[in-house]
Amino acid sequence: MGTVSAIRPKAKTYEIFTRQTKALIFGLQVKAIQRMLDFDYAINRSQPSVAAIVNPGKTGNHKVFLGTKEILIPVFPTIAQAIVNCPDMDVMINFASHRSAFQTTLEALEFSEQIRTIVIIAEGVPEGKAKRLRVLSKDKDVNLIGPATVGGIKAGAFKVGNTGGTIENIMESNLHKPGSVGFVSKSGGMSNECYNIIARNTNGVYEGIAIGGDAYPGSTLLDHLLRYEADPHVKMMVCLGEVGGEEEYKVADAVKDEKLTKPLVMWVTGTCASVMPREVQFGHAGAKAGSERESAAFKNRVLKESGVIVPQSFNDFDKVIKQTFDKLLIEYITPKDHEKEPNRVPEDYASLAAAGAVRRPSNFRCTICDDSGDELLYAGHKISHVIENNYSIGDVIGLLWFKEKLPPWATQFMEMVLKLTADHGPAVSGAHNTIVTARAGRDLMSSVASGLLTIGPRFGGAVAGAAIQFKDAVDSRLSPKEFVSKMKKENKNIQGIGHRVKSLTNPDMRVKLLKEYAVQKFPFTTLLSYALEVEAITTMKKETLILNVDGAIGILCVDMMYALEWPEKRICSIIDCGGLNGLFVLGRTMGMIGHYIDQVTQQNGLYRHPWDDIMYDLPKVQKIH
Amino acid sequence: MAQKSVSECDAKKILAKILDDYNGELAVIDTASFCSESGKKTGDFQSVTKDEIKKKLLCLAASDSTTYGWLNEANNGGKLVAKPDQLFGKRGKNNLFCLGKNLEETAKWTAAKINQQVTLDSGVTGILKKFIIEPMVPHDQEYYAAIKSNEHGDTLYLSASGGMDIEENWDTVKSIHVAPLEKPDEDEIESILLDICSWSEIASVKKFILQLWDAYQQAGFAYLEINPFTVTDKGVIPLDCVAKADDTAEFECQSLWCDAVGELKFPPPFGQELSKEELYVKHLDSLSGASLKLKLLNPDGRIWNMVAGGGASVIYADTVADMGAGRELAVYGEYSGDPSRQLTYEYAKTLMDLMTKKPDPQKRPKLLLIGGGIANFTDVAKTFTGIIMAMEEFADRLKKVNTYIYVRRGGPNYKAGLKIIKDAGEKLGLPIAVFGPETHMTDIVRMALEQG
Repeated sequence: MGTVSAIRPKAKTYEIFTRQTKALIFGLQVKAIQRMLDFDYAINRSQPSVAAIVNPGKTGNHKVFLGTKEILIPVFPTIAQAIVNCPDMDVMINFASHRSAFQTTLEALEFSEQIRTIVIIAEGVPEGKAKRLRVLSKDKDVNLIGPATVGGIKAGAFKVGNTGGTIENIMESNLHKPGSVGFVSKSGGMSNECYNIIARNTNGVYEGIAIGGDAYPGSTLLDHLLRYEADPHVKMMVCLGEVGGEEEYKVADAVKDEKLTKPLVMWVTGTCASVMPREVQFGHAGAKAGSERESAAFKNRVLKESGVIVPQSFNDFDKVIKQTFDKLLIEYITPKDHEKEPNRVPEDYASLAAAGAVRRPSNFRCTICDDSGDELLYAGHKISHVIENNYSIGDVIGLLWFKEKLPPWATQFMEMVLKLTADHGPAVSGAHNTIVTARAGRDLMSSVASGLLTIGPRFGGAVAGAAIQFKDAVDSRLSPKEFVSKMKKENKNIQGIGHRVKSLTNPDMRVKLLKEYAVQKFPFTTLLSYALEVEAITTMKKETLILNVDGAIGILCVDMMYALEWPEKRICSIIDCGGLNGLFVLGRTMGMIGHYIDQVTQQNGLYRHPWDDIMYDLPKVQKIH
Repeated sequence: MAQKSVSECDAKKILAKILDDYNGELAVIDTASFCSESGKKTGDFQSVTKDEIKKKLLCLAASDSTTYGWLNEANNGGKLVAKPDQLFGKRGKNNLFCLGKNLEETAKWTAAKINQQVTLDSGVTGILKKFIIEPMVPHDQEYYAAIKSNEHGDTLYLSASGGMDIEENWDTVKSIHVAPLEKPDEDEIESILLDICSWSEIASVKKFILQLWDAYQQAGFAYLEINPFTVTDKGVIPLDCVAKADDTAEFECQSLWCDAVGELKFPPPFGQELSKEELYVKHLDSLSGASLKLKLLNPDGRIWNMVAGGGASVIYADTVADMGAGRELAVYGEYSGDPSRQLTYEYAKTLMDLMTKKPDPQKRPKLLLIGGGIANFTDVAKTFTGIIMAMEEFADRLKKVNTYIYVRRGGPNYKAGLKIIKDAGEKLGLPIAVFGPETHMTDIVRMALEQG
């Protein structure tokens, strides 16, 4: 089943990661992938260490940073497809969950000719499954690291996933260039600490592997120590073992049998077991002593007797590492690849901004609503306060349009306008457009938008126009009579005056209700009184030239703002920007949504206007002889 | 997540689902099923009488005569076996074994033992709370079978000298090793059985062993010891059983476990019932992906470790022990996996509450070690704000018991974290010494012990 790899440099068996190593990442681990590329950038790798990502069922590209530049990494739906398409990668880092880690690793083992190393990150892989993977990988001669590990790092060459923590820590622990110390531990959490210890007491880590804390890890402490023994770059080895299991005795035997000859400093943690009640399970699944032989104290003793350098306690680990390293008298020559200073990895804007370390002028300014805090705010009012105190729709409009909580007479007026303007039958242009669009099979938003687009000076939009004209007249101190004659002279219609059929004797109920309310509840109604004087003049000319509903709304809005004692400038800016039409737009949207639902639930088909309702009147084209 | 012990009754019920010849004829008597609702909450169990136990057993028989019909027989002179089921062995040697009595007498024996504190030969002390009651199986021959997991696979152990003295008779035990991808060799089993079984029993025992092997694999067992089992005319009956299961196998075995026992529980070892504070931390642990653990070792100890990370927490405890102060170590625990500020606060509060309950009798200072290695991605400053909230709340009590605080930590945002905890300690008037990655991880243990 395995695919023969195309151009893979034949690696030495002790060398599983190099500066050329490319990995397949199973699982779209956005942060881990970015951290690997940050490391690549810092150490001046010629090519990124992530060649492909498998995200089950998904195909495409994943965008990551290499320094400040953005690059794409291909995403494949299956391991097989990734491997066929990217023949130059030989490592898989498996971020599958504990449920699927077994199956996905089995799949990768099918391609053992290409994928030579598999790292399993998941914690909680059943022990029976882990054992099977261990045997299968040995059969196929594949290096298996994990399960339950952060992975490992080859200093200045390749970093597995999240190993080493933040890029600052990696630089502080000298992991950007190779030292001479091979390190292996069970614990992934403690490996960071050990890189720090090694960096402070030697020329640095050459390679570090965390084999994972499970009872049956895919590869053992000894497996990696034997690799370090074979690798001429490694001058000394540091190992951190753990209570439980008998793995450390194999290390002791290997030292005794001179299979491991390089200086080895080792400590087995869990010596506190003697002061613990029986059956304490430490953090790791494998960390439980079932017998004296599995105890840390016994292991440390046997290791020491076998010739391993074992400190008195972990507190002397650093000193012993330093003594051992100093004896080697290594003259460090910076490898050619690392003569160039490491690149400084750019910070992410988001993290810098969170730390308050970066600023940027904003492109937007908002003065009405804030969703950036713990709780949504409407003009400073918490949404919980809005609900708990039973704010009305008018109150909310006051907050979002005028940034203040308006008195009840004003909010009730606005709600009244919303109710009165909510709909006016199917024949008006807004509703008509909504209906025709709905019947053309378009969605709610398109249908309602189509209706809304008809609102303007001729339909619904007279609210703002009336407000402007009447306010101007009053401001210019024109008497109602002068105003009417001026408009006539200029041959302009007075906006807000005139109705198709309604008259003084047959009044528009909506206007009647608005007038009554305003007279009763508004502190004063200057502009309305003026408009009624104008109406008295116009109706003398024609019965139907009454104050219509648009006019009444616009004029009363101005009276409302006067009564709220807003400055003249503020009132003008609201009127000038057409803000008053908002009440009509908002109110009528209710009706338009109604018409849309009405049409769709009736399942009415496409509307086609009857052609006999259209006068076809095309230009005549002369026949050419 | 690891190999964990399961109770004998649960193990037997799981086996009964897979073994053809064993029906899992057993009943459980535990204090929880007798106490009042309020008693369940407070743990204050009323005493249980013989009649209550008898009534409960007969109720079982009446409710399901197919499963519990043997209890009716025992009421009419049939014989029973009763023993505690609390994860300890050698019950015969500890005189906690009731053999061959009828229902009345067995109930009387159980009533006399339940809720009693006992000290086992091993020195462990605990309260007897749960008993397993089974029909007595008369037998002459006691066989031993066990399956143990190790890194190379699983090993099957067989002997005809089962029973209490198996350890003394270990030279009679034959073993077969089976690699992870393989099955036990039937011929090899048969050849062992030819040596140890009587001719008439070979077929039954072989069938039992092969099914036991399947059960081990299917049910996620990591350790299984049947000592002893015997052959009856109905087939093989496991008389006694010790088992551990791999709790990470839950997602594969859940339907089997659930079918057999409902929710499979992993009870704490005998004599190690969790304290109120330990239970609370266990609850906190379950609230998020973060890991919070607390084991109270010695409430009168002076050294209180609050260490981040599983690996580091062991090493801090090691260093205390290696420096000869193991008996002074009050707790073993950890907080890790980027716990929220709130969870860290709750954890720190629980610890500080315990450590400030009473001063050291010799008036020596108490030592609070807020330790940790270099974190991968945990925001150190964020977790420290949770600890600081607890410090502020407990400042007076911490002073009353003369607390010295030592801090060592590295990782993301550690400089800010170290600064705020130092400032907080100084503002509250608590003696505090603060160190970063430049100081060896466990050196604060040395400093603290030298302080007093």
